[in-house]
Amino acid sequence: MAVISYIDAVTQALKEEMALDENVFILGEDVGVRGGVFRATAGLIEEFGENRVMDTPLTESAIAGVGIGAAMYGMRPVAEMQFADFILPAVNQIISEAAKIRYRSNNDWHVPLTIRAPYGGGVHGALYHSQSVEAIFANVPGLKVVMPSTPYDVKGLLKASIRDNDPVIFLEHKRAYRLIKGEVPEDDYTLPIGKADVKREGDDVTVITYGLAVHFALQAAEKLENEGISTHILDLRTVYPLDKEAIISAAKKTGKVLLVTEDNKEGSVIGEVSAIIAEECLFDLDAPVKRLAGPDIPAMPYAPPMEKFFMINPEKVEKAIRELAEF
Amino acid sequence: MATEKITMPQLGESVTEGTISKWLVEPGNEIKKYDPIAEVTTDKVNAEVPSSFTGVIKEIVASEGETLAVGDLMCYIETEGSGDDTAADTSGAGKAENENKQEAPAEKDTSMKKRYSPAVLRLAQENDIDLEQVEGTGKGGRITRKDILKLIESGNVPKPDDKPKEEAVKPQKQPQASDKKETAQPASVPVAPGDVEIPVNGVRRAIANNMVRSKHEAPHAWTMVEVDVTNLVNYRNRVKNDFKNKEGYSLTFLPFFIKAVVEGLKEFPRLNSMWAGDKIIEKKEINISIAVATDDALYVPVIKGADEKSIKGLAKSVNELAGKVRSNRLTGDDMQGGTFTVNNTGSFGSVLSQPIINYPQAAILSVESIVKRPVVMENGMIAVRDMVNLCLSLDHRVLDGLVAGRFLARVKEILENISEDNTSIY
Repeated sequence: MAVISYIDAVTQALKEEMALDENVFILGEDVGVRGGVFRATAGLIEEFGENRVMDTPLTESAIAGVGIGAAMYGMRPVAEMQFADFILPAVNQIISEAAKIRYRSNNDWHVPLTIRAPYGGGVHGALYHSQSVEAIFANVPGLKVVMPSTPYDVKGLLKASIRDNDPVIFLEHKRAYRLIKGEVPEDDYTLPIGKADVKREGDDVTVITYGLAVHFALQAAEKLENEGISTHILDLRTVYPLDKEAIISAAKKTGKVLLVTEDNKEGSVIGEVSAIIAEECLFDLDAPVKRLAGPDIPAMPYAPPMEKFFMINPEKVEKAIRELAEF
Repeated sequence: MATEKITMPQLGESVTEGTISKWLVEPGNEIKKYDPIAEVTTDKVNAEVPSSFTGVIKEIVASEGETLAVGDLMCYIETEGSGDDTAADTSGAGKAENENKQEAPAEKDTSMKKRYSPAVLRLAQENDIDLEQVEGTGKGGRITRKDILKLIESGNVPKPDDKPKEEAVKPQKQPQASDKKETAQPASVPVAPGDVEIPVNGVRRAIANNMVRSKHEAPHAWTMVEVDVTNLVNYRNRVKNDFKNKEGYSLTFLPFFIKAVVEGLKEFPRLNSMWAGDKIIEKKEINISIAVATDDALYVPVIKGADEKSIKGLAKSVNELAGKVRSNRLTGDDMQGGTFTVNNTGSFGSVLSQPIINYPQAAILSVESIVKRPVVMENGMIAVRDMVNLCLSLDHRVLDGLVAGRFLARVKEILENISEDNTSIY
């Protein structure tokens, strides 16, 4: 099995799906000739032509709107937002139209659209290139929000998203693109959307997280193992709708739960995870549910020490796990 | 490290002092801000004093039973802040003491030993484990879920009845209250075998102090009238079942008596006053304290604005306050602001009593049992009537016999004339 990077897994999934289904096409800013600003769509215009890899004007609302229209017409568009920070002009299209058309038309119409967007900080991107936007969509029935952490999950989940008959927001952590590598089978496979994945078994403390923070938790767990602290790690993979069953069983496993997100703390998706645990796991809890998250400030700062202060890192996760273990 | 003082807080409006009934912490205990550190009795209400800091209890200055004015020092606590802002008190001597103490905490911290998580409680219940006997490995000696799981796995589960029985009788030594107001220590009482020593603390001590103070400071005078309440008894008996069905609680005689007393107080406001050294203060509000007894204590909660209430309103207040006393939910606020006390001594069969004034009020009235007696009527006939004695103790500094007599005569008149026509329940 080949070891490839997170972003190569994106490209591979797109390429395979385009080859399998001629209805799949890509649209977005600089996705064609340039191959994407992160090179996620590199080589695709050469292979599939400019009718299937379309460079669009700098208009996120139109990218989403064209995608929705084409999807309703029977195509399987994959729209790229160059940065998740710029998805906001398209939010009206996504929430008011894409998420609701199946309900509104009593099943006559549906929107098999995938919207990919790189999110997250730690790349000196400052305020307009570092945000986490998942919470905006995590309260909108009709949408699915997928946030994979490993190349294997990226490929399996992106292919599943493209084949899904309803809109999927597929958020890729931009710092993970070239930082995270892993084994990815070359054959065709999909992973179920809405299913979390245990990334490490343990019995002292449960960490529930997603995206890049999964790797920080894995590193922290590795280190803490030498101190005799055993960490259980659940990767949500899909943050909306949440995999309640997996969350409940992971929380019950140890009774001490740490929730981690890079998003601002208040109103983030881990707050919902915490609510599920509070509702379902009271008599298995051995400590208060803890959240480790970004501070409640408007944006990721540019200055490196301040960016470090904002970002989650393995040391912060390690400290939080140790405190819970000692409780 | 900084040493901070914890002082007696103001536990209610107009509360000036509190008696420490029980310490909840010991020196060396690690505590968080807002954790309770001691139980304090003020004006017959128990309250918990929260810690104002996070840190380790260093020294307990005030002992149990001691009465402190608001702002007096209770204990010292060592906080984790830097020594610079030792705003309080660390002179050189204090510093040296700090350093000595630093070596001490080799002792195990067990402050979290009895904080059980839901998981621990459930497992203990399901497996019949006596948590008292389990050693915790968590922070502050907390018993963790894992501790219990390991115990269950080992099969060595301590059951509740494994516990060695405590020695039958522990000689109870209650620290002597160093209450300045107590005039003299009681003479030494010989204790014979079989006698039971009951430690005096909390509410009991507050009652004792208040009674001594009232008897000592207020010269008590006493008077009594007998009242023919046959009409009232008939009236109340006619309506009591309907009332109970409608309101859900009983209509006793007490609200009628309170109503009559309140009417009397309106006409003779001097009875509704207080002695203030160089002046007498006639209170505008009429707030009636009512005595409510429990098995081992007496509480005097207050019906505020009694002059604004109907008989039903008074009945409701009496019912609520009595319920609060019985369920131990009385707050400091419920106890404050009384201007005159009505004591329902008849409820336990008394026909004559000499109540002690609820200091600093000017008078207290007790309502005795209603009994059937032969009475010579105005026309010379003898009839069986429902009679009741009303006893009044008064502070003779504030009141003289004349005004007290007129007040009682008026109350008597109101009560004897109660009937369905002129007195509405609602």
